[in-house]
Amino acid sequence: MPKLKTLDDLKRVREEAQKSLKVRLDTGTTIIVGMGTCGIAAGARDTMHAILEELAKRQIDAHVTTVGCIGMCVKEPLVDIEQAGKPRVTYGNVKPDMVPRLIEEHLIKNQPVAEWVLGRVKAE
Amino acid sequence: MRELALHILDILQNASEAGASQVALTIDEDQAADRLTITVRDNGRGMDEATVARAVNPFFTSRTTRHVGLGLPLLAAATERAGGQLTIQSAPGVGTTVTATFQLRHPDRQPLGDMAATLLACLLGEKNLDLQYEHRTARDTFAFHTADIRAVLGDDVELGDPVVRQWLSEFLAEGEESVKRDS
Repeated sequence: MPKLKTLDDLKRVREEAQKSLKVRLDTGTTIIVGMGTCGIAAGARDTMHAILEELAKRQIDAHVTTVGCIGMCVKEPLVDIEQAGKPRVTYGNVKPDMVPRLIEEHLIKNQPVAEWVLGRVKAE
Repeated sequence: MRELALHILDILQNASEAGASQVALTIDEDQAADRLTITVRDNGRGMDEATVARAVNPFFTSRTTRHVGLGLPLLAAATERAGGQLTIQSAPGVGTTVTATFQLRHPDRQPLGDMAATLLACLLGEKNLDLQYEHRTARDTFAFHTADIRAVLGDDVELGDPVVRQWLSEFLAEGEESVKRDS
């Protein structure tokens, strides 16, 4: 086994995560990427990677997770953005190069990118 | 699918959709035998013999959103055009083991691709999945078990936490880099 990042290193990460845990739970933004066969074949893994990089770059605390096929395969990669108290917005055909604008306008300026929106679901 | 890593992500998603709580993923690049073996073993609900027989038929799926299922058929085709084969062993209530073999140096074998990105996507998507990973090459072995990572994080910090996620991403990239050939 090569000498890698160790689990000791992870302990420090845990402490860091714990400190800001409450803040994050309160501001709850979740980004969901379609990761069925159709999503994967359309490039969803790379779209998800671009999202993670953009969030890290802009230091935005958002949860990122995946979901299987929802039957709209032709529109993959599908990306949903869910924010507390706001409608859940679904975007279609999201390629990695679209991610910076998506994050900038939807998460930072708070204006969904209308031309890429497939649909909205009202907050419960 | 351009990379085997994308097929692997797909099979990992199958495992979680089958309700698996534990998955063991092994990638063995055996230069001497000119063989690449990818094994995904899960403890999901499993399939009976008839279902296994149909699993590589593209017009069969257990899903209800539509009537085709391409994950396993695509992987089967990928193994066959690279001098290998796909085998599925499964038993209801026990789980499923998918084994894909390839001739390592076959010109039509897809590259393994970005395993670090595949593992990260899997871990973020299935936050409760217990994943045991091992990637063996002539150079070295990269292995980890999510249970060890969770033991450090404790009950209150999630694997998907943005701070932990960043660590994971670097951990996986370094690990994969360490077993790569010619680097």
